[in-house]
This record gives sequence, structure tokens and C-alpha cells, in this order.
Amino acid sequence: MKEALRKLLLPAVAAAGLMAGAFTAQAETVLHRGNGAEPETLDPAKATGVPEANAQYELYEGLTTYSPSGDIVPGVAEKWEVSDDGLTYTFHLRDSKWSNGDPVTAKDFVFSWRRLVDPKTASDYSYMLDDLVNASDLRQGKQTDLTKLGAEAVDDHTLKVTLAHPAPYFLGLLRHNSVLPVNEKAVTAHPDDWTKPGNLVGNGAYTLTEWTPQASLTMTKNPNYYNADKVKIDKVIYYPTEDLGEEFKRFRAGELDVTYDTPSDQMKYVMKNMKDQFQNTPYLGTYYYVINLTKEPLGKQHDLREALALAVDRDALVSKITQAGEMPAYAWVPPGLHGYELQSTDFKNMDQKARKAKAIALLAKNGYTPVNPLKVEILYNTSENHKKIAVAIQSMWKAIGVKATITNQEWKVYLGTRHDKQFQVARAAWIGDYEDPTTFLTLFLSDAGDQNDAGYNNPEYDKLVKGSATETDPAKRMKMLEQAEQIFLKDLPIIPIYHYTTKHMVSPKLQGWEFNVLDFHLTRDLSFKS
Amino acid sequence: MLHYFLRRLGGAIPTLFIIITASFFMIRTAPGGPFDRERVVPPDILANLMKAYHLDEPLWKQYLRYLGGLFQGDFGPSFKYKDFSVAELIAQGFPTSLTLGTIAIAVALSIGLTLGVWAALRQNTAVDYTATGVSMLGIAVPNFVVAPTLTLVFGLMLGWLPVGGWGSPANYVLPVVALCLPQIAAIARLTRASMIEVLGSNFVRTARAKGMPERVTITRHAIRAALLPVVSYLGPAIAQIITGSVVIEQIFSIPGIGRYFVQSSLNRDYTMVMGVTVFYGALVIFCNLVADMLYGVLDPKVRYD
Repeated sequence: MKEALRKLLLPAVAAAGLMAGAFTAQAETVLHRGNGAEPETLDPAKATGVPEANAQYELYEGLTTYSPSGDIVPGVAEKWEVSDDGLTYTFHLRDSKWSNGDPVTAKDFVFSWRRLVDPKTASDYSYMLDDLVNASDLRQGKQTDLTKLGAEAVDDHTLKVTLAHPAPYFLGLLRHNSVLPVNEKAVTAHPDDWTKPGNLVGNGAYTLTEWTPQASLTMTKNPNYYNADKVKIDKVIYYPTEDLGEEFKRFRAGELDVTYDTPSDQMKYVMKNMKDQFQNTPYLGTYYYVINLTKEPLGKQHDLREALALAVDRDALVSKITQAGEMPAYAWVPPGLHGYELQSTDFKNMDQKARKAKAIALLAKNGYTPVNPLKVEILYNTSENHKKIAVAIQSMWKAIGVKATITNQEWKVYLGTRHDKQFQVARAAWIGDYEDPTTFLTLFLSDAGDQNDAGYNNPEYDKLVKGSATETDPAKRMKMLEQAEQIFLKDLPIIPIYHYTTKHMVSPKLQGWEFNVLDFHLTRDLSFKS
Repeated sequence: MLHYFLRRLGGAIPTLFIIITASFFMIRTAPGGPFDRERVVPPDILANLMKAYHLDEPLWKQYLRYLGGLFQGDFGPSFKYKDFSVAELIAQGFPTSLTLGTIAIAVALSIGLTLGVWAALRQNTAVDYTATGVSMLGIAVPNFVVAPTLTLVFGLMLGWLPVGGWGSPANYVLPVVALCLPQIAAIARLTRASMIEVLGSNFVRTARAKGMPERVTITRHAIRAALLPVVSYLGPAIAQIITGSVVIEQIFSIPGIGRYFVQSSLNRDYTMVMGVTVFYGALVIFCNLVADMLYGVLDPKVRYD
């Protein structure tokens, strides 16, 4: 049978071999990257997710950019000055070119940013520039004169940015993919098609050469990139890899050099056989259960929330279910942020047995016993992993005499239920946009609207988080934010469960892959070992 | 015959119109919208988005706008894949699904028919039981089990074929196998059943009685009649298989249109849902029509006057 199969498949195999031979015959180096999903767009102003960001960072470069280890380093801006009041940033742009050979000027940034805040562009992330003078009014249509935006091209090489209030995180925020520059000529020449191969003009290390939706996105080295001689890899191909199991197989078969993720059911195999290729490092994200404070009894009774939080055995969840080195979470803001001390709930140092005993006592104090149990409904969106965690937590709560039911909903329905506050306890997760605690803490401001789905409202917390925006001393500012998180963790509107880790498989042939908490690894910084 | 063809084609237009209308309003009743995300879009930005896609207009106006666009071949922009229009995405993906589906159905037909006829001629022998057993297996084991097993064995363990990706002929082998297995099973079972029935019918007995050679009886008379149920099965089956399969496409990373059927409704990508539904509806109507025409060729009792 095996022999017969071999004969049957031989011609096909030979053909595949020939193709492979043809590829290696060219001396160009090609990096094959799994990118999770098909990018929704290559237009920085319209992107919302990580697969889009990954591709856009190859194609465009902002004023500041990422070093391989995630530090803020000069990008198109060679250097900059900040005024003493922290309100005016003057960026000096280096001599650099677009992929079509035109120079990149300060005007390009002014154009791109006006385009981002223009309501007609309908950008999801238009609020990224809210720190700029008039940006928020412009995107809300309260101000219609786009020239009033706090960004001005003094000359081709000088960009003056005026902020409405000091923003110590501003240089880091400038790396966000929504504020990357786009080419005015390309955008105006093909308003609907400018992101297609042949039309797209970028200033990044790579330029778009081919795009077959749902199959591959091919980018080749941009000879006009200012640092082109340092770029080692000639071509990078991104693949949408929605099926994690298959992505992992493709990596093992040598078809991919980097994966987007690693399936948790393969963790045992990976740890045993491929540990050296598994990049498992802290990632700026927290998996948590949010409690709806507008619903009773959990809303008013802190003891009950605390009991639920105490009973969750985080060590068991990460070691038995998620299994990818996730860190048990006792904080909202994940570790790894420069200058910010990791906070924790009071019970972090208790052992699980003591936590359980305390949880039972707290419930009993409020009249809840196994005979008269507290009833809780857990909401999660349909997914195997969320389900496993929900079932485990259900049984952990059962052990303290809480009767939990679990409900799953399809993604969009679940989002609606959460944002309309029609739930009691819901699974949730948050990944930071930039390296600053505010990317987490602003979520639970009392005026954060639907995003604050706990309905959390603590004026003291609001005061600290909002006050930090005008504090110019970085150390003092971080202290204020730490204090705010302490208050938040005492109030327990959420139950932190674990902090994410990145789970990439990276080929041992690849070098330059460094750990960074935002998990961006630009191809321009990578190379193959010779 | 031409008259019949035109009449049927005319009848397809109201059918399509009903499909369009029903799906347009049905998808809007689903909770959630295209711009709901974990990160809540602030109300003012949401308003900008709704306005850009005309979602702020009353539903009847949107419906008329959609119909108007459709008459000019405009399926609208995709809410999810913002760099492409729905028509572009279908035009880019359909050739892939069509090629893959056509190969799969051709393979399935040749193997399925042979197996079915063979099993019918050797009814209640080991050959019959094996063929029927294999068919049952083909129907019972779903694609999402077959495909990963194939990639594991042939892609990873033996290393003969690529696990995923698209472009070279080798990329076709595993998806075709995964796609045609259930079809082979269905076709073989249908053929076997109708062949057995035909073999017991009066006209076959007559042919045999007048001394016609068995080979001629089978190929000229029996198979032709036995094919009728297969043909009516094939109409919708072809429409389904050439519009791709979400499972196969995701597993093998094939750039077809199959995944849009599922993804677009999960994403509430209204225009994309409409686009693929209208497209699929038209295709099913067309394939059924072709199957009906083939009936006349195969069955002398059917006449289109």
C-alpha cells in the first residue's frame, strides 16, 4: 500500500521538488512569516489589529520607531527637541525617500495626520492623535478647518507638533501604526486603490510587490529606504494562518520561518522537542474576568467579588490549561513597563488553601452557603480555550459554594452583551497599544463609555489617572498611576487571571529576534545565519 | 429546448430577487454590527464610520441603494477588507475555487461512477461490501478530520507534499483529495443504488433476452438510465464544490471564496454576505438548469416542449 502510494505521488513530488529547486537557485533570501489572519487593510488610518500592524511596519516608517528590543529609537525623525512645558515637539527629519524616489518631508506627516483625524476618512484610531491641539474637535466635527491641527511643517525637514497638554508617552505613541506617514501623491491618485501593489508608495524597509488576499502578501526590499544597506532579507512573505494547528505543521515542515502563534494543545510536544525554537516571552496583555458593577449583588458587595477573585486558582489554570508559560495575574497592568512597578492584589502572597478558606468565610459572612449559594453567570465568546477556562473557574467557584452557570455567545453577540452591560461576569482580554500603563488604566475611567464595561466609577481613581496626564515629572507620574491601580485592585471590578506571553515558533536559522513587550519584530532587523 | 431554457432563465430572476431581499433583511436582524470590536469604537468615530458606509440611512433606503448598485454590477465595498470591493474579492477568489472544485468533481465522478457500477454488478460480493464500506467512511469522516490527517501524513511525516500554501501544482493534491472523498462516496452510493434498480428493470431484461451482449447492455442502456439521479445530485453539488469550502481553504491556506461565506456573516460584513449569497444563488440556479437540460439528453422520456 505504501509503495503504491509512493508511485502514485511520485510525479507530484518531483514537480514540487523542481519548484523548490527553482526557488533556491536564486540567491535571494526570503522570510516566510505566519501572520494569523489576512490583513484587513494596508492603510495605516484604517487598520485595527495586529496582522495589519505587522505588515504596515514593514511598509512605512514613523517619526520614531522600534529597536529590536522594543526601545523608542529615531525613525524618520533624526532628532527632536521638547519644550520645557512639554507642549511643543520639534522633529528634525533625516534625508529619506519614499519608495517612488520622492523625498519624505514634514508635509507628508502633516498630510497623513490631517487625513487620520478627518471624519471623512472614518478611521477607527483617529483618537490616537487626541493629544494634539484641536485633534479631538476635528475628528468630532466640532472644528472643520484641518489646518488648525497642531502639526505644522516649518520646512521640509522640520515638523512642529503642538500638544494640548503634556503627554510623556507621546514619543512612544508616535510609533503606533495609525500615525505612520502615507504618500499624498499615491493617495490622491488612486483614492480607493492606493494600497494595491503597484500603487502603494511607502517609506519603510520593504515595498509591496504582490498581494493575493487569503493566500500571501509579498514585500521586497525597498532600495530607497535610508537604511537599505543594513537590511539583510530580500523578501518577506506574510501568510494568513488562521488554523493554528496547520500553521504549526507548516513551521515543522520548513514552509514557515516564524509563526504567529502556537496551539496550546501542542505545548507538551513543543516543550519536549522544540524548546529552543519556542519564543515564549512576556507580552503586554492581561486575560481577566470583568464584573458588571451595575448588577447586584456583585455590584455593591465587595466581599462577594473578593471571594470570587480569591477562589480562582491561577497557577492551576496556567499550568494545566493555557500551558504556554503565561504568568498568573494579580494585577491589571502587566509587568514589563519601564518605570512602572508591578502592582498586586492583597491576596497575592496567600497560598491557594488560605485564599479558599477566606473566600468561604467572606461568602458565609454575607449569608451565602452551599445550601443558599451565590448564583453567578459567566459569559464568554465561543472558543475552545475560553470554554476550558470558564469550566475550570466554574468548578473552582463550586468548591467555595458558588453556583456558576456558563453561557457562550458568538463573538459579535458577546461584544454587544458586554458593552450593553447585560452580563454578570464576562471573560475579557486587553492588549496594550503602547508602552505605558495608561493604555490599560484609561479603560476604566468613569467617562470611558461602553469600554468601561464594569461600570467602574471611583472619583479618586479618575482623579489620579487624569491628573497624571499633566504631571511632567515622569517618576511622580508613574507613582500616581501605580496608586490608581492600587485603588482599582482593591475595588476589584475585574478578576485578573493571567498575563499573556508571546508564543512564536522561530526558526533557529533566524537571528536578530529579540524579546520586546509589544511583540513587534520588524523584518529589517532580522537576518539568516550564513 | 431553447424556448424551455429561456423560460427557466426568466423564472430565475424573481427567485434571485427573493434571495436578495430575504438575505438583505435577515443579516440586519443579527445582533452586533460590522464595527463592533473588543476595543469599543467611540460614538463620534462610529458615527463617521456609519456615515462613510451609508449605514446611517434608513434601512429601506440602504436596500434601494444596494439594489441600484447591483444593477450596475456594483456589490459595494467590503466592511472588513477595506482595501477591496466585494466584486474584487469574489473575482480574485472564484477562479481558484472553480479550478480546485472542477478537478475535485472530475476525480470524484470518475472514481465514484466506476466504484458504484462495479459494486452494482457484483452485488452482495466482497467487492460490493468493500466499495459500500469505503463510501460510508467517506461520508462519515468529516473534512476537518481528513484534511489535517492528510497534511500530517503527507506533508509532515512523509514530507512528499507541501502542508499549505498556494501556487504550485503540488499544492492541489491534498485539497483535491480532501474535497473529493465525500463526493466519491456520495456518487458511488447513488450510482450503485440506481444501477441495481435499472438492472432489474424491464428494458434491461428485454435487451438481455434479445441476446444483446452484456457489455453493450450495461454501457449503452443501463448506465445511461442509472445516471439520472446522479445528474440531479450533481447540479447543486457542483455549485457547492466550485464555490469552495471554508474548512479546506483555512486548513490549506487556499485563496478561494469558500471562507467568505462563513467569515463574512461572523464579521457582520453585510455587503460581503450579500455578495456571496447572490453569487451562490445565481450559481445554484444555473447548475440546476444545466442538470435539467442534461436530463433530456440522457432520458428519452423527457422532452422540453
